Amino acid sequence: MGAELSKAVVDGILTGGVYALMAAGLTLIFGVMEIINIAQGIFVVLGAYLSYLLEVHLGIDPFLGLVITMPLMFGVGVLIEWGFVRPLEAQNRSALSILVTFAVAIVIEGILTQLFSADLKTLTAWYVDRSVHVLGFYLPYIYLLGFALAVVLLVALYLFLYRSRGGKSIRASVQNRVGAELVGININRVSALTFGIGAAVTAAGGMVFGATNSFNPNSGYDLISRLLVIIVLGGLGSIGGALVASVVALVIEDVTAVLWSPVWASTMFFAVLVVVLLVRPNGLFGRVAARAQ
Amino acid sequence: MSWLKTPNPARNWRTIAVLGVTALLVAACGSSGGSGSSSSGSKSPIKIGVSLSLTGDFSADGKAFQQGYQLWAKNINANGGLLGRKVTLDIVNDASSPVQVVTNYQKLISVDHVDLVFGPFSTLLTKAASQVVNRYGYAFVEGAGGGPSVFTSGLHNVFDVSLPVANNLVSFAKWIAAMPAAQRPHSAAYATEDDPFTAPQLDAARKILEKAGVKTAYNKVYPSETTDYGPIASGIISSNADVVLVGTLLPDISAFVKQFVQQNYNPKALIATAGPDQGAQFIQNVGANHTEGIMVPNGWYPTQQTPGNAAMVAAYTKQYGGTAAEVSSDVPEGYSVGEVTAQAVQKDGSLDQKKLIAELHSGTFDSVQGKVKFDATGQNVDAFSYVFQWQNGQLVPYQPGSDQLLQPVAPATQPIEFPKKPW
Repeated sequence: MGAELSKAVVDGILTGGVYALMAAGLTLIFGVMEIINIAQGIFVVLGAYLSYLLEVHLGIDPFLGLVITMPLMFGVGVLIEWGFVRPLEAQNRSALSILVTFAVAIVIEGILTQLFSADLKTLTAWYVDRSVHVLGFYLPYIYLLGFALAVVLLVALYLFLYRSRGGKSIRASVQNRVGAELVGININRVSALTFGIGAAVTAAGGMVFGATNSFNPNSGYDLISRLLVIIVLGGLGSIGGALVASVVALVIEDVTAVLWSPVWASTMFFAVLVVVLLVRPNGLFGRVAARAQ
Repeated sequence: MSWLKTPNPARNWRTIAVLGVTALLVAACGSSGGSGSSSSGSKSPIKIGVSLSLTGDFSADGKAFQQGYQLWAKNINANGGLLGRKVTLDIVNDASSPVQVVTNYQKLISVDHVDLVFGPFSTLLTKAASQVVNRYGYAFVEGAGGGPSVFTSGLHNVFDVSLPVANNLVSFAKWIAAMPAAQRPHSAAYATEDDPFTAPQLDAARKILEKAGVKTAYNKVYPSETTDYGPIASGIISSNADVVLVGTLLPDISAFVKQFVQQNYNPKALIATAGPDQGAQFIQNVGANHTEGIMVPNGWYPTQQTPGNAAMVAAYTKQYGGTAAEVSSDVPEGYSVGEVTAQAVQKDGSLDQKKLIAELHSGTFDSVQGKVKFDATGQNVDAFSYVFQWQNGQLVPYQPGSDQLLQPVAPATQPIEFPKKPW
């Protein structure tokens, strides 16, 4: 049981990195724009399909393909923000965004179904099926690479937010949207930039998801609830929080599945979430009144 | 980033552009959604209502079922139709939801006034839909609702043309139990979705194996909406069981195989309730070099010598491409629903539902899956469970001999691969 438990912890940490990639965009978008992007699940799936297209038709390795898929997803994010989110009235934006992004998800799902049918796909590469044997554990390369990618991208995102003028604009908007506008920051462009970055990071999460799971256009629905819970636990708007919460969530679930039952894995995680929110209502890394205006 | 400071003037044309693009997308999505075909004859067509999982968890199977129904409709229309009338399919999407499937059949019967209804995909949805279909007095012929819970509701109108699923793994379990003691596996691992299609199959197999002295090393149920199969796969691997039986559909068996390969776990036998029967999709998802030795129970195979089977497989490959080995077993299940219903209707000479139900209970029918005869509960008592094993990229059928050991079905001659070769 000890070895099995250790394996569950290691698996939880590695898988948590993959979920952090998927959740980072969601928390960033909420942090800046105060909108709940229900389309995040389908963004993950769209990222997986883009990698699949490059792999099958051009023979491009999924990781190398990120050079193409991430800018593409950035463009998709910007277009969706411009076309569907920006027109929403500011006073009802949070509530309406749920409906609008849900509609966006359905439209994207419909297009993907027309293009690819409902058949399940998966990404293939040499590192998907192979693992390295370390200290008695078989560690799959895809999870190791996925975790490394998560760390690299989240650090890059952190550096962008804290070391660049664009990042400062975004952070200013997070802290005080009206104040940022008053000092000359164009909130619309910050929002478009944020949505684009969120979608671009999600492309990476989608690629790793597609290499570790079978997916079809419908696969996003099982993801979105878990991603939402992760960003609540981590603290809405916190990139680091998303990483920590992803790892915590997956470790709790994996350990529960080993010690008790997979049926109770999600329940146990929600129980921990409730306890955390009772002690820290803004999540693990959420800031109190950060958005007070 | 100076552009972030540039004021952005309002653009009124944005709304028009968005509406235009949305309209185009909706039109594109909707243009191929209809599945019916118009009648060219003077008689009105027979309208058949079906709810299928075209999106959602069962969408892969739902689409394959749709192909089976459409192939049957095309075939019968090419041969003069049913009672001299063309048939059209009114297919609506239930999104794999047990709630939506009920709404769909209510609408199909009470609003669309369809003449006949065919079943949805999965035991879960069939069970939910059967109550409402029964309320309207319609016969409910289906091909994928074989879980025991469908037949314990006391309904008289449900007919499953396929194999009763509770017995799906019995041939496999009896084969293991009948092995000489020196060869027989010592331990087995079981993991299944909490689904009425998969769980009963594993329960039945486990009872047989435990009685034969095969120790249960791992036994877990997991939610069907699971996306992270890691801990379950790790549990199976840690148990180091000789034999693995999993109650899966395609996504979970694919994830399990990936993890078994990654962690170099090689059970002597691996059988899944569903997934390996999905032909090309299974190969794509686990990789062509990782199918070898994996087993799945089923009542049909592409080269089966049953009436109309060769023609159906040929029609499938002509219309959808691929090879015979890539035809999903959902296709003949859907096709058989049409065949059996048509034979019963032709015998009655009418679409009267009471007569149809009576005929279905009393008659014997032919289908691409083999003979069909229903017992009082609507289960097909003539259905037979083969065990299929992937060998060299083909699913090879095996059937139990008098000693319960699995024998190749002619013309195949190669013995079953046991133990399974390493990945």
